Amino acid sequence: MATTLAQTTLAQKIIARAAGRDTVTPGEIVTAKVDLAMIHDSGGPRRVEPILRDLGVGLWDREKVVLISDHFVPGDTDEGARILELTRRWAKERKVAFHDGEGICHVVLPERGHLKPGMFVVGGDSHSPTGGAFGAYMFGVGATEMAGVLATGEIWIKVPGTILIEWRNRLSEAVTAKDIMLALCGRLGMDGGQYQAVEYTGEAISALSMQERMTLSNMAAELGAQAGLIAPDETTADYLKSVGGDAGDWQGLRTDPDADLLARHVFDAATLEPQVAAPHSPANSAPVTEVPETKVDVAYIGACTGAKYEDLKRAARILKGRRLAPGLQLMVAPASKRYQDRAAEDGIMQVFEDAGAEILANACGICAGYGSNRLGEDVTCISSTARNFKGRMGAASSKVWLGSPLTVAASAVTGRITDPRDFLDSGESRP
Amino acid sequence: MSGRIFLFGDDIDTDQLAPGEYMKGGIEMLAAHCLEPARPDFAKTVRPGDVVVAGRNFGMGSSREQAAEALKHLGVAAVIARSFAGIFYRNAINLGLPVLVSDDLDGIADGDAADLDIDAGELRLTAKDRIVKLEPLPDNLKRMLADGGLVPHLKKRFAAERKREAGQ
Repeated sequence: MATTLAQTTLAQKIIARAAGRDTVTPGEIVTAKVDLAMIHDSGGPRRVEPILRDLGVGLWDREKVVLISDHFVPGDTDEGARILELTRRWAKERKVAFHDGEGICHVVLPERGHLKPGMFVVGGDSHSPTGGAFGAYMFGVGATEMAGVLATGEIWIKVPGTILIEWRNRLSEAVTAKDIMLALCGRLGMDGGQYQAVEYTGEAISALSMQERMTLSNMAAELGAQAGLIAPDETTADYLKSVGGDAGDWQGLRTDPDADLLARHVFDAATLEPQVAAPHSPANSAPVTEVPETKVDVAYIGACTGAKYEDLKRAARILKGRRLAPGLQLMVAPASKRYQDRAAEDGIMQVFEDAGAEILANACGICAGYGSNRLGEDVTCISSTARNFKGRMGAASSKVWLGSPLTVAASAVTGRITDPRDFLDSGESRP
Repeated sequence: MSGRIFLFGDDIDTDQLAPGEYMKGGIEMLAAHCLEPARPDFAKTVRPGDVVVAGRNFGMGSSREQAAEALKHLGVAAVIARSFAGIFYRNAINLGLPVLVSDDLDGIADGDAADLDIDAGELRLTAKDRIVKLEPLPDNLKRMLADGGLVPHLKKRFAAERKREAGQ
């Protein structure tokens, strides 16, 4: 007879280990040791270096710091170019791992093998929960807090409760992780995550690739969760192997069946339809079939949640052999250089060019709205990004709708918000 | 501290508090555009000591701490809301901007005169003879805020550690 062990969540297990404790209880405040800190060009060197100087200390462990430039890439404003220069100089001086212009931080970090299940990680960006797709407890912090981590290697955390989100059955044709997240934002609200840990589970989640899982974890931020976890499995281990990493001992990293949960939500993946979110909130989501006729001027396939290799491949399925609607502008910003290279090899980038799309840098681009490329007055845009807050991607009068890369591509062809299923034969295999 | 209330609704996001277009600039530039999409005259009319009162999920979105820094730069004495987005909340405390939760916000109007007493956990609406109760901060955050934010808090800790080492 085995002894009865305390039933705990995946979040509790990772935090307990990082805090040097046997167990931790939701609600208690503990200090945890950070396994890895990720920073980018906006919240990184330009903000943390003055604080480190003020504190009179250096990095607690330069081998645990990864710097990625993405927000001001390609440096198309004078200030942006200066910030990138400062970022590059700092990387040399501080001797940290640096990925420059290679893509968006949340994609590049796992792509370059920096993440591993069970790690306790902070990132200087709100979409840092992306790391949860790999079974790491990863969350976003601001620059001052990051400077504190870089100085001490520690951070305080209020142990979160876990909100389990189960998706039963399988997603149908033309329905993606983005559609799941837009539906969840609509049903649970932008604070439905209560700054606790969300954990995704169920048959539909197990069936998803790592790229799709990353979209789920990433947009836990849009639910207001601190972290968006998915317990590691063979898919995780295979991905990590493919990028030269090592999944380590991941089998025990899961929420026990009788662990106390804050809430449990169950949804049916099989009946989920493609979703779009109306301006100016991801929570304004509805099935694309219910949206009234809406003309679009700009279509954007970009961001960490909408321009990974599989996203590009999906969009190309619809765009192949077709042209953009007259007067419509399509911009594509592949989320990483590696994904763009792979898409080029497979003829996907050619499909975009033939359709009349403009290809932007492997960076945050219009999603962050930091560069010169921004939406003009009164422009209506459909975008594969994660957020459509008022004024985020350009003028306050611009209107951004969110949808999956498939929905964006279909809308780019017709010039109005369009159900991607209109373009896909049901017999075709999923990408 | 006395000031006036600036009232906002739910889900005030960081793109409104610190618009991306101005993120390449310094805090002066950002603060001048703070909350512009929601209330174009905010930065021009807010005065030191004024209090921002809002609904649920204040500060949702980005991790950019300039969202909190801009409010502090404009002299906002505190943000009181039904709830805060987690990263914004941490950023505000780290920068020494008091953020206080209260569910007792009915009947507060924009422009109300208010006395804020953080230690007592009260916002007194002086013209209305009404006291709004504020939830107490956790002890660790109370200490950090009392020190003026994370940087002075860490300086204090490092100084204490050095003193201890020197004493050994």
